[in-house]
Amino acid sequence: VKPAPFSYHRARTVAGAVGLLTELGEDAKVIAGGQSLVAMMNFRLARPEHLIDIARIPGLDTISRDGDALRIGALVTHHAVETADLGPDFRVLSDAMRWVGHLPIRTRGTVGGSLAHADATAEWCLLAVLLDAQILVEGPAGRRRIPAGEFFQGVFTTALEPDELIVEVVFPRPAPRAALTEFAERQGDFAIVAAAVDLDAPRVILGGVAPVPLRVPEAEAVLAEVVSEKRRPGDVSHARAAAAAAEAIDVRDEPGVSAHYRRALTRTLVARACEEAARTPDHQFGALPGQIRGDSRPSDDHARQG
Amino acid sequence: MTKPRFRRDGAWIGASVPRREDPRLLAGRGRFVDDIVLPGMLHAQFVRSTVAHGRIVAVDLDDVREVPGVVAAFSAADLALSDITALLDRPPHEFVPTSMPVLARDKVRFVGEPVAIVIARDPYAAEDGLEAAVVEYDELDPVVTDTAALADGAPLVHAEAPRNTLVDVSLFATEGIDDVFAEAPCVVRVQTKTGRQNALPLETRGVVADWDDRDEQLRVQTNTQIPHQVRTVLASCVGLAEKQVRVTVPDMGGGFGQKCVVGREEVATAAAALRLRRPVKWIEDRRDALTAAFLAREQRYDVRAAFDMEGHILGLDADVVCDMGAYSCYPFTAGIEPLMASAEMPSVYRVPAYRVRGRAVTTNKAPTGPYRGVSRPQYVMVMERLMERAARELGIDPVEIRRRNVITVFPYTGVNRITYDPGSYRESLDLCEQVLRDEGWYDVRESDRIIGIGYACFSERTGYGSGAFAQRKMQVVPGFDISEIRMDVSGTVSVTTGTMSHGQGHETTMAQIVADRLGLDIAQVKIVQGDTDRITYGFGSFASRSITIGGSAVAAASEKLGDQLREIAAHLLDADVDSTELDGAGGVRLRDDPARRLSFAELADVAYLRAHLLPKGIGPGLSATASFDVAGDGTFSNATHGVVVELDPGTGGIQFLRYVCVEDCGVAIHPQIVEGQCRGGIAQGIAGALFEQVTYDAAGQPLAPSLMEYKVPTAAEIPDVAIHHLETPCAFTANGAKGAGEGGTIGAPAAVLNAVNDALRDTGVELDDTPIAREAVHRALEGTFA
Repeated sequence: VKPAPFSYHRARTVAGAVGLLTELGEDAKVIAGGQSLVAMMNFRLARPEHLIDIARIPGLDTISRDGDALRIGALVTHHAVETADLGPDFRVLSDAMRWVGHLPIRTRGTVGGSLAHADATAEWCLLAVLLDAQILVEGPAGRRRIPAGEFFQGVFTTALEPDELIVEVVFPRPAPRAALTEFAERQGDFAIVAAAVDLDAPRVILGGVAPVPLRVPEAEAVLAEVVSEKRRPGDVSHARAAAAAAEAIDVRDEPGVSAHYRRALTRTLVARACEEAARTPDHQFGALPGQIRGDSRPSDDHARQG
Repeated sequence: MTKPRFRRDGAWIGASVPRREDPRLLAGRGRFVDDIVLPGMLHAQFVRSTVAHGRIVAVDLDDVREVPGVVAAFSAADLALSDITALLDRPPHEFVPTSMPVLARDKVRFVGEPVAIVIARDPYAAEDGLEAAVVEYDELDPVVTDTAALADGAPLVHAEAPRNTLVDVSLFATEGIDDVFAEAPCVVRVQTKTGRQNALPLETRGVVADWDDRDEQLRVQTNTQIPHQVRTVLASCVGLAEKQVRVTVPDMGGGFGQKCVVGREEVATAAAALRLRRPVKWIEDRRDALTAAFLAREQRYDVRAAFDMEGHILGLDADVVCDMGAYSCYPFTAGIEPLMASAEMPSVYRVPAYRVRGRAVTTNKAPTGPYRGVSRPQYVMVMERLMERAARELGIDPVEIRRRNVITVFPYTGVNRITYDPGSYRESLDLCEQVLRDEGWYDVRESDRIIGIGYACFSERTGYGSGAFAQRKMQVVPGFDISEIRMDVSGTVSVTTGTMSHGQGHETTMAQIVADRLGLDIAQVKIVQGDTDRITYGFGSFASRSITIGGSAVAAASEKLGDQLREIAAHLLDADVDSTELDGAGGVRLRDDPARRLSFAELADVAYLRAHLLPKGIGPGLSATASFDVAGDGTFSNATHGVVVELDPGTGGIQFLRYVCVEDCGVAIHPQIVEGQCRGGIAQGIAGALFEQVTYDAAGQPLAPSLMEYKVPTAAEIPDVAIHHLETPCAFTANGAKGAGEGGTIGAPAAVLNAVNDALRDTGVELDDTPIAREAVHRALEGTFA
């Protein structure tokens, strides 16, 4: 598992990176944290002729509040978001980071890299669509904003042009009642199904059930009724939204995961994401993948798994 | 329990002293194979088959040799090496010998099989070289499952093995067993399929080889558990005398059995180094480790057990099919799994009638070898499922039914003609249940949560001597170990062992044994292992044999040296040798006049530098050699595991609430190491029960080529384990110790599976296959709880 030969270029500015991208064309790939690309290169599934390293471009690694909005630089790592104090408005972002791979991955992987890679179960992709993020990209013609809803186009495919670079992600509105949850057999695995919910928007986004993060209007409609009636959402509406989501998705049997199971997970996870979202800001740390929430000790004397 | 024969007054045995390996390992100053760099060293990688089954039409390496950085490329025809062939002394209807060529010659039999070796100046260029290889195959229909292998008209993986069957043995068939089943009031059946697993040592396989002109030796530094057997195969494959091959083993990052067989890659790498007269290194990458290394554990059981109304087992009737993959491993052969399962399935229970058929079938998948526990995780799972199923049928508590069947009077000779030495089967079961009751888990089980409690009660034969292995009819019969001890002129000692630590801390535990026998500090003891030039012969480490057999040999050699020291001291002190004793502080004294004493340094000084002072008949120097073999059937460690799990009806998720292990390995030389063995073994057992599986598609392409797909559990998935110790010392190993290497792995799958099924008790669903699919758990719960 050693990559094919490539040339390494270090960009020092965004303009420089764009210049290299323009000059080197489709044979070039941008590398930041390298957490997906390097693995693909080592398996020789990706064989770029040129790597353009943007990791040391100054100014792309900041998180800042801009009125209602939150701006996250493309080079901000998952771990930086996980440990940042984003306040109740964007706490969903920090909380969701515990689902991203393992700590070493989170300390190297970047927000921009995750969006550009566009895995349909990746937490950042779900969060971007959930919160109507604007993805700020720079190309030879200057900068443009791409709404997250238009950014993801298919399996590992985005609206990003080959000569464009993600520089920033803007989350335009606070989401104090939002949550993301997942299920996988192991902590840190790609989710079999991931669900993200914003009760106020309302928004329901699913990962693992479509080639891109999937918005589920049928489930959102259930939550919208609750919002319009100014009722405090409770278990019944959560369960109805979850059932609507499970009903709405178009999934097939796959080796190891039947369509039925994926629907069932969807129902469970949407309901749990709703519960978790409703609990904020008295927020509890959620369940780990493959595990059940809650303290199951009969008494404090008994050691159990972490 | 019998009284121990050994004296338990040692300062070192039983003490969890800091491991002597740890300062270097924790500081990153260990030396593993990949740390070795020799001048001018080249790097090897392998062109591997891309098809599961095919005839090789042509291997064209011309373009490979043109790739920048590539120094050489060899196919089977270029190296002309002898095949690796492992044999059993069994008749043709029981065992079909097959050969494993070092590089595939005429045929490829699994995806990942080495076809050619590429040597380059760095590992990157080596992989560039692989891409330039052109291998033309005439594809044949692949045989991908055990059932397909046994089907009428199945394609043959090896032409010489009809019905793709390499081993077919019926070791036991109690007369009248059919009547037992016909008349029994209760017959239960377990049919199970267990997933193919990879032992997955953290450190992958690797080797550095070079030819040394001065010593006229092929020097092979390799991370093997069996250095002498590697030497034998290497010498034979490349055509050298054994004295011309030196196998040494640096630090190892685990083996678990995967490194207990001779690898084709280590032979090919050494052959390339010999041909090129340059050092060559091969480090297996993780993809190759997952797809082309020796695998294990894919077995199918169909077992019936007959019981009387009181829950006493009356008979056991078993059919075992092991999917051994493409080749028979050296030295164990493809018989390793079916023979183990057949010989030992009755487990800790008094089974009066037993019939078993064990088969090894060959398929177009990566070959298998030993993996920690070898078949025992599987047959224990089957036995423990049978017990629980019978308990349910008969309305007997599942722990109680075990109590009624477990062996309590020792020694016990079973229907399988094995004699079991004393153990604490019943005691471990009682204590394990008591712990879970006292902690309140039975109350929690009655709550409205979906909670189950499961047990596994089992023993583990350790310290297989020559006699035990001879019964398997292997042509290479491991069993004994030889130890040579040498005291130097300063009074410190170096001690050889034929066992091979691959992470178990033998430099510490063997030194503890020596230190106690001679009355030395362990700092004055050096353990020498893993060097075929310095060690007469050894069988390495596997089957939990190191402390039981190797440790006994080390103890015996130490005692011989102690006798020599006493003889010299007696002469110098002008006393009778019987009036002397080791003083426990590095010297010999007179028993009745302890002030008259000579230190080992003083005695060594005489033995080497003033030999004229030695008594008549005692030559210069201080050294002794001793060997040890287990005369009987080996010694049985035992344990009971108790597990509490909770199931998530929304996802099928499985969470551990509690894991209790009550183990008995006799005298623990180093209790902390024993506990580490338990915990690590349990983690691997849980991996098999709930996570790991090597899978293939219908064409025989591996579906788990990375750790993304091959789901090794992490610390997040493995529970804390509470360990309780019982101690039934072994009467016939030198230190009272039994083996402790594999028990955790053996008990965990059964206990976990039983716990999950107990949690499913209201659903009418029973899950017997491993790894347990979360989807299956979810489906089972859906009707009842969702």
